[in-house]
Amino acid sequence: MDGLALLFAATLNAGTVLGFAGLGLLLNERAGIVNLGAEGIMLVAAIAGFAATVHSGNDWVGLSAGVAAGGFLAGIFGVLVIWLNTNQFATGLALSLFGAGVSAFLGIQYVQEKLPERMQWTVPWLSDLPWLGAAVFRQHPLVYGAIALAFALTWWFDHSRSGLILRAVGDAPASAHALGFPVRWIRFAAVIAGGALCGLAGAYLSIVYTPLWVEGMVAGKGWIALALTTFASWRPGRILLGAYVFGGVTMLQFYLQGEGIEVPIQFLSMMPYLATILVLVIISRNAAWVRSHMPASLGEPFTPGA
Amino acid sequence: MISTSKRSIVRLVSVSALAAIAALGGCGKKEEPKPAAAPAPVAAEAPKPEPLKIAFAYIGPVGDGGWTFAHDNGRKAVEKEFGDKVVTSFVEKVPESADAERVMRDLASQGNKLIFGTTFGYMEPMLKVAADLKDVKFEHATGYKQAENLRTYDSRTYEGAYMAGVIAGKMTKTNTIGVVGSIPIPEVIRNINSFTLGAQSVNPKIKTKVVWVFEWFNPPKETEAAQSLINGGADVLMQNTDSPAVLQTAGKNKKFAFGWDSDMTAYSPEAHLASAVINWGPYYVKATRDALEGKWTGNSAVWWGVKEDAIDIVSISDKVPAETKESIEKIKTGLKDGSFSIWKGPILGQDGKEVLKKDEVADDKFMSSINFYVKGVEGKIPTGK
Amino acid sequence: MLRLEARPQPSSIMTILSPVLALVMTIGIGFFFFLVLGKDPLRGLQLFLIEPIKNGAALGELSIKATPLLLIALGLAICYRANVWNIGAEGQFVLGALGGGWVALHAGADLAWMGRGIVLAILVAGVLSGMFWAGIPALLRDRFSANEVLVSLMLVYIAELLLSYLVFGPWKDPMGYNFPQTITFPAVARIPRLIEGLRANIGLLIAGFVVIGCWVFQFRTFRGFQLLVAGLAPAAARYAGFSSRAALWTPLLLSGGLAGLAGALEVAGPVGQLTPYIPVGYGFAAIIVAYVGRLHPVGIVFAAVLMSMFYIGGELAQSRLGLPKSLTGVFQGLLLFTLLGCDTLIHYRIRRSLRIQRMASPPLGATGAP
Repeated sequence: MDGLALLFAATLNAGTVLGFAGLGLLLNERAGIVNLGAEGIMLVAAIAGFAATVHSGNDWVGLSAGVAAGGFLAGIFGVLVIWLNTNQFATGLALSLFGAGVSAFLGIQYVQEKLPERMQWTVPWLSDLPWLGAAVFRQHPLVYGAIALAFALTWWFDHSRSGLILRAVGDAPASAHALGFPVRWIRFAAVIAGGALCGLAGAYLSIVYTPLWVEGMVAGKGWIALALTTFASWRPGRILLGAYVFGGVTMLQFYLQGEGIEVPIQFLSMMPYLATILVLVIISRNAAWVRSHMPASLGEPFTPGA
Repeated sequence: MISTSKRSIVRLVSVSALAAIAALGGCGKKEEPKPAAAPAPVAAEAPKPEPLKIAFAYIGPVGDGGWTFAHDNGRKAVEKEFGDKVVTSFVEKVPESADAERVMRDLASQGNKLIFGTTFGYMEPMLKVAADLKDVKFEHATGYKQAENLRTYDSRTYEGAYMAGVIAGKMTKTNTIGVVGSIPIPEVIRNINSFTLGAQSVNPKIKTKVVWVFEWFNPPKETEAAQSLINGGADVLMQNTDSPAVLQTAGKNKKFAFGWDSDMTAYSPEAHLASAVINWGPYYVKATRDALEGKWTGNSAVWWGVKEDAIDIVSISDKVPAETKESIEKIKTGLKDGSFSIWKGPILGQDGKEVLKKDEVADDKFMSSINFYVKGVEGKIPTGK
Repeated sequence: MLRLEARPQPSSIMTILSPVLALVMTIGIGFFFFLVLGKDPLRGLQLFLIEPIKNGAALGELSIKATPLLLIALGLAICYRANVWNIGAEGQFVLGALGGGWVALHAGADLAWMGRGIVLAILVAGVLSGMFWAGIPALLRDRFSANEVLVSLMLVYIAELLLSYLVFGPWKDPMGYNFPQTITFPAVARIPRLIEGLRANIGLLIAGFVVIGCWVFQFRTFRGFQLLVAGLAPAAARYAGFSSRAALWTPLLLSGGLAGLAGALEVAGPVGQLTPYIPVGYGFAAIIVAYVGRLHPVGIVFAAVLMSMFYIGGELAQSRLGLPKSLTGVFQGLLLFTLLGCDTLIHYRIRRSLRIQRMASPPLGATGAP
């Protein structure tokens, strides 16, 4: 039983990276923008955060640096895609490629660096509970932060004026524009905020999860986060759940190996992707359902007065 | 559809671009390969012989703190030993794909006469290039195919694993030790077995758990693998992967682990018990000397260990009791003078049957094709099925 | 104060000039990079731009790199013009490698009667496998309106995992000491070389034919015309009776087949076996090639050569100048960024204006100043 509790805990930790990235991309997509550059943003944020932590000795400084780097790169993406109306897919891809190269380049002198000794975070009193204590309450504060963020975003999208405006911008930009909302600025803000969250995810990876810098360490999590938004049909709570599922698959593999259960690991690893396709098929079949859930203008450029 | 006038614009633009590039080409034409480091040759009366150009191809970055880092240290040892008689250079992160062949050819075309390929995956590319360029000598690490101008070399990492096992057996409190395995090739299985044998020699109750990441280098995955071993009860970890992630995860969980390939003490001083390192220096110096003195011959395979100073276990922590440190020294001496063999019977397989009879010593052939777990190791070797 | 003003119609000169301008900007930034890194910038640029094309051997290597990029990008261009967003070319490449590899693995015993003809079988298998993999997003969009971007992207991961499973398991070389790789394909199954001593193989010739074929298809056949219209004005296409279903399947199957062909060529050509390292990112780099090439076969040829020069130049910069390999990715990304930026000039002019003007037209119902 204890093994399962520890598996649960590891899954929570692993899913947090994907969770932050997924929520960031959700912000983008709810405003109608697809950012294929998530991987590049996470990589640059990972090295920025790592370097900042090495130099300052403080985790939170590093995490903030990651957030800033993510927002900055997303800003460049936003300028190109929103103001210059470049193709979203191509621009995002360029960002991914560029981010991979730049992060590897900047990270060269940090490859052998190590961070100050990591501390074990525990929630006082709650972490001593049987089973639950080990499973849930011995995590880094940001793990709980991700959960809180998911709740907050759910409320924000459904019940706040600004959240509804964002959704309007994503669903019907022309109408929103006609109503007097500065559609492009709103999208820009969403892109930057989303990029900042992706940056947080990247920095969490290199500072908390695997306190090392290695080039390419994001290893595709940015692309998985993209799948997450669809898998979760654009709802924050489901994004987090999906993040735990996707993140937990690797831990599940190792757990099964340890228990001596023989499953070809590649098929286990395929599960999240197959599941995403399945979900996509299911939700897309019903056009009306899609219309009410997927931001209608996803991927399309917007020019006022066009 | 492109009309004729646009066509001519395309042509005009591309021609002028090419012209510009050609002009550029005229400038930087000099072929001056930059050596990694070379002391300036002192002006002498008699003309000095041309320094031997040596090149190294690495699979990973020199800063990986593990496998490639160890190779690069070997390269530096060659520079130190031979000074201005050699000029060394390296290319890092050469993938085990079609690119490897191009890099090898390019290194040869640069005038390098001795080329080291430091990972198994370069085997086929090196064979191809060696067949075409007979005047260049090739050295392939961990491979098994040779040629007239290509020979292979390897290190007895299992000796380091055994000694780590001795320490692990002493330091474990749960009697469960863990290994993060990379790819289930004989070398890695041999290391897992040797780790177990070493631990069993001081603590017969030991059990070894293994998880496989199916890659040589993937720190986040190695972290997760290590965590799952710890979750499963292991309190001393070893690895066959190339990064310090396993050691760091052990540190985070207040368990113990070892450094692998290079000295990894700095990554987690609290968790670090010792590092099983590979010294490629002695072999690289010998290979260079062979080449310089004209004694180099291909078609051979070399397997060096503690005896030749290629393997060592270093930076043994003060947490390890003095008597264990002494027995490690005794083992090293025994390996050096040949009086001690790790793979000496009786050794039992997982099923309890003897794979080596009492006092029978395994030969190199036996050891290079080990595809079974010894008793004490849990689980099955993944066959990928 | 500068502002962007929409052009009445897209500038045709800028369409050609934009990639050139982007390249010049990238080279300029590269120059600056080299300076900052303390290396001779002229030497650096020479490594990227001259060395890869300076002699026969270099051109041979260039062709090995450029052929897959070219093939994949040609297919992608047709897709993108038809507004079908195939992002999964990398996965189709892997499937092509698997299909071609499977045939090659049987070359020794079962298919010995084919002799050299087996090469054709390998290539056909590659094309069919790639088509199959691209057919999945086509089917899912056709039947379920599932977005092809995500489906094709997910299929990339699944394809890579499938490759991993096969080379670690059923297809592993039994004499290979348990290393994850298949046997080296027998000589009869290897793609014939063009010239002795060079690695350039007939893939280059095939690519040449495909370039011509694509140009003819896109600009000289009715079906190609239908695809163009479907991409530019879907409503008009439907009104004219052009099947939107065909406008989905044709580009996907075509690009999947071409990506699969590239995969089979790679695996039976320079690599000669199946390993887990077959996917090297050509499928994604080809997206950039397609764009830099303006989605036109002729442009794509230039773009493929350029990208290959960046790849090889990056390698050379590493071994000759000690520069890090990551520079290649930086330059490639930069090229695309600058291209996308310069592309704006196709649709917009830069104008000076004395007053700061809002680009957005005033919202309906507003009565006065902003």
